[in-house]
Amino acid sequence: MQFPILSVIVFTPLIAGVLILLYPAERKTEVRVTALAATVISLLLSLWVFISYDVSAGGYQFIEKFPWLPILGISYHMGVDGISAPMVLLTGLVSVSGVLISWNVDDRPREFFAFMMFLVVSIYGVFVSLDLFQLFFFFEIAVFPKYLMIAVWGYPKTREYGAMKLTLYLFIGSVIALVGALAIYFASGQHTFDMLALENAGFPLEFQRIWFPVVFFGFAILGGIFPFHSWAPDGHVAAPTAISMLLAGVEMKVGAFGALRVAITLLPDGAREWAWLILLLGTINVVYGALIAMIQTDFKYVIGFSSVSHMGLVMMGFATLSREGLLGAGMQMFSHGVMTALFFAVVGMVYDRAHTRDIGHLGGLFKKMPWAAVGFIVGGLVSMGMPGFSGFVAEFPIFMGVWRSTPPIFAIIAVLGIVITVAYILRVVGRVFFGDTPLEIQDVGDVTVLDKVTVGVLAVIMIGLGLFPILMTPMVQSGVERVLALLGGA
Amino acid sequence: MVAESFVPEMLWALVPEIGLLVIGTLVLVFDVLWKDNRRRNLGWLTVAGLGIVFFLTLIFSRPGPQPALILGGMLRQDQLSFVFQLLFLAGGALTALFAMDTDGIGRRGEFYLLMLASTLGMCLMAGAADLVMLFLAIEMTSIPLYALAGFLIRDYKSTESGFKYFLFGAATSAVMLYGMSLLYGFSGTTQIYQITRLLVQNQTLVFPIMAVLVLILVGFGFKTSIFPFHFWAPDVYEGSPTPVAGFLSTASKAAGFAVLIRFLMAILGEGTIPSMVIVLAILSSATMVIGNVLALAQKNIKRLLAYSSIAQAGYMLIGVAVGTDLGITATIFYLVTYLLTNLAAFGVVTVVGKTLGSDEISCYAGLSRRSPGLALALLVSFLSLGGIPPFGGFVAKVLVFASAVHAATVNPLMLWLAIIGILNSIIALYYYLTVLKVAYLYRTSEEGRPLTLSRPWVIALTVCVAGVILLGTFFAPWFNWSQAAAVSLF
Repeated sequence: MQFPILSVIVFTPLIAGVLILLYPAERKTEVRVTALAATVISLLLSLWVFISYDVSAGGYQFIEKFPWLPILGISYHMGVDGISAPMVLLTGLVSVSGVLISWNVDDRPREFFAFMMFLVVSIYGVFVSLDLFQLFFFFEIAVFPKYLMIAVWGYPKTREYGAMKLTLYLFIGSVIALVGALAIYFASGQHTFDMLALENAGFPLEFQRIWFPVVFFGFAILGGIFPFHSWAPDGHVAAPTAISMLLAGVEMKVGAFGALRVAITLLPDGAREWAWLILLLGTINVVYGALIAMIQTDFKYVIGFSSVSHMGLVMMGFATLSREGLLGAGMQMFSHGVMTALFFAVVGMVYDRAHTRDIGHLGGLFKKMPWAAVGFIVGGLVSMGMPGFSGFVAEFPIFMGVWRSTPPIFAIIAVLGIVITVAYILRVVGRVFFGDTPLEIQDVGDVTVLDKVTVGVLAVIMIGLGLFPILMTPMVQSGVERVLALLGGA
Repeated sequence: MVAESFVPEMLWALVPEIGLLVIGTLVLVFDVLWKDNRRRNLGWLTVAGLGIVFFLTLIFSRPGPQPALILGGMLRQDQLSFVFQLLFLAGGALTALFAMDTDGIGRRGEFYLLMLASTLGMCLMAGAADLVMLFLAIEMTSIPLYALAGFLIRDYKSTESGFKYFLFGAATSAVMLYGMSLLYGFSGTTQIYQITRLLVQNQTLVFPIMAVLVLILVGFGFKTSIFPFHFWAPDVYEGSPTPVAGFLSTASKAAGFAVLIRFLMAILGEGTIPSMVIVLAILSSATMVIGNVLALAQKNIKRLLAYSSIAQAGYMLIGVAVGTDLGITATIFYLVTYLLTNLAAFGVVTVVGKTLGSDEISCYAGLSRRSPGLALALLVSFLSLGGIPPFGGFVAKVLVFASAVHAATVNPLMLWLAIIGILNSIIALYYYLTVLKVAYLYRTSEEGRPLTLSRPWVIALTVCVAGVILLGTFFAPWFNWSQAAAVSLF
């Protein structure tokens, strides 16, 4: 038997989380080191999975399968394909950065890092699940770490509201999707939750038409689709920095990924029937999110709404059901994950030092914290889809796909959304990092070494991917081909 | 199946009952022998005794592959009675552990005796196959419980709760007894399993029997606190000693469900009265809605748990209403999980109530700083009640909803039942999270004073928490047991 690498990736943070809870409360350094070690181990293994994934073979690799509850056809079934392998890597990157960014959390760090580990377990678990039951099992583990971490360590003014709103939205989404999943299970008549078997179950069109929106929107709520997006800015702003990074960086991708893996691949005919609605809502996401981001006065809300806007592009990519669109969506999930983690990290650094996030009260921070500023500007360029950065590699194929598969008006509107993105990013960069420094924040210091490492690594990844898209596109492409085959070779 | 009156081998089936009698006698003897300062050991005696009986039952009282009617048809020895008897023994042992260090009950021999007597009644309830035995077993269970609820005779709330419980119980069992006598009048037999045969032969009896069933359901509804017979629960839980409230809400409710399932399946098993399904579905929805909505407004944790346990009875009733193999399996699995989970919740309430002298939710502020372990036990139990993985509650809820979605292909009403259940689980998550928020987020001036946990509490809470996690992760063996119990009814 081969080394169960995916299980090790998923369960290392779990073991770390349990260990951390067993430490005495005052051993704060040990807690941090354990969390860092666990996330780094998982990151390195994810990197190994990413590198050694055989693109030419395609399909699901690193498969592990054991019976879990054979009577109902539930198994413990893991594997990655070209779409999920980059997501696993993304989870590794963001979780390590999250630990580094939260190094100085001083209020009950034991509980903080333990809950964070459980959140990371949940995210990894969803990305590698090939069993529908197992996917939900991991998916819903995230409920309590998300709630408690926002409510306890979040921004005092809005944390209780933001945490409850986010948790209830996401729980509603997940239980709705769960009902859909149960319907799929029983309708298949195969008594298995194995998604590989369910892909070929051939559900009748009428069934797909009814159940596709249930499953898709159940997951897409977590992906931030309009009009169910309002949890995202409120929740992300209320959350502590590391959790904002994990939520906007990877949890929103969990939603989009679930929508793709469960709804689109299992119910492809339903996807074709409902693509128009997804396209429409995705377009609204892009433009509306960007417009709202434009008028925010709170630095963190700008980023919160920018996530809504960018996730709209992922949804549009899904809606095209075409090679270019899905490829772009896959790339965008990774690129946006890194970018938004970087954004939230920088916002956190600024807030920790200036003690305000009001754009009107910030300015001239480039001189004070050059690393953070450069990092933010790189993220901004990615966000605008500038060539040479990962955003271009992701957004350009999406626009191609939208242009080819749908009326041109959608592509035109979505490109307008990018123009607005340019406007709000430049506005924030100009106001926060350049210009005069207000008196109140004259004495802010530079960021720590750990912060610089985090920002530097994330920025390098985005530039690297922008210059050498070949590092990732063939892999995502191989995953997309599989989805296209299920869609009937469209 | 011919019921033999007596052969000595039948005694093996009575191991739990005989064992309970022996322990009760020992408790009485040592209560006289021991001085007051040693009487706390009566608790250890009870726990050890119940543990031994548990293993003896597990080894010697295992039913054969075919269900057997024993003692002249009074009892039925099958997987259902076996599983439930083990459940009651475990519930009794855990309750004894929680009671040992509780003021006013922990050092009283009568307390343990009454609890053991009630457990004995429950074991008989699980097996009762004859109307006379059924009624006697229910009374044998209830009468000690009335005394236990009013055990603190100097506390007027406790006496009030005991009296209230008694009045409700007496009234409902009178109605139930009337129903049973009518059933005997119609069918000419007190043997539950022969009544069905009569129904199949004579369809004109369907309507009167349906009316009689409603009368009998009054009694079962009281024991399981199903709407509209749930009014007693909050008041009684609030007033009675906390371990007793825990016992009432778990073991006693499970016993109620055991007879409910056996009785309904015996009579409705062959689909003789379809309209009964509608009655059950309405009762189930109303129970869930009332329990959850009223729980939202509670300030006292025991009242909150009372309403939550009403709502939980509603979820369990979904499986009964579905009435399929999977539905009953789901209900039994749900009961097993619920027993451990709710005992853990009441255990935490016992500990906090003893130290702080109050059961107000606001007193839970700072719990995670005072006693992180206790806060974790609260977290696990409440999340499991809310249906979050990796705890047993998640699997139980998925199974219950799955059975309803499965049955929807035959009866579309069941899909609605699943949807109502899911909406309710969202409401429920809200109030469970609110309590956790108080425990983890809010602060109090007294948080420097740590909570001390005595050894029996630590043992009991560890067992409950470990059990809840085990049920939620390695669920195959428990599922197989539940299924074996369910199948034995068909």
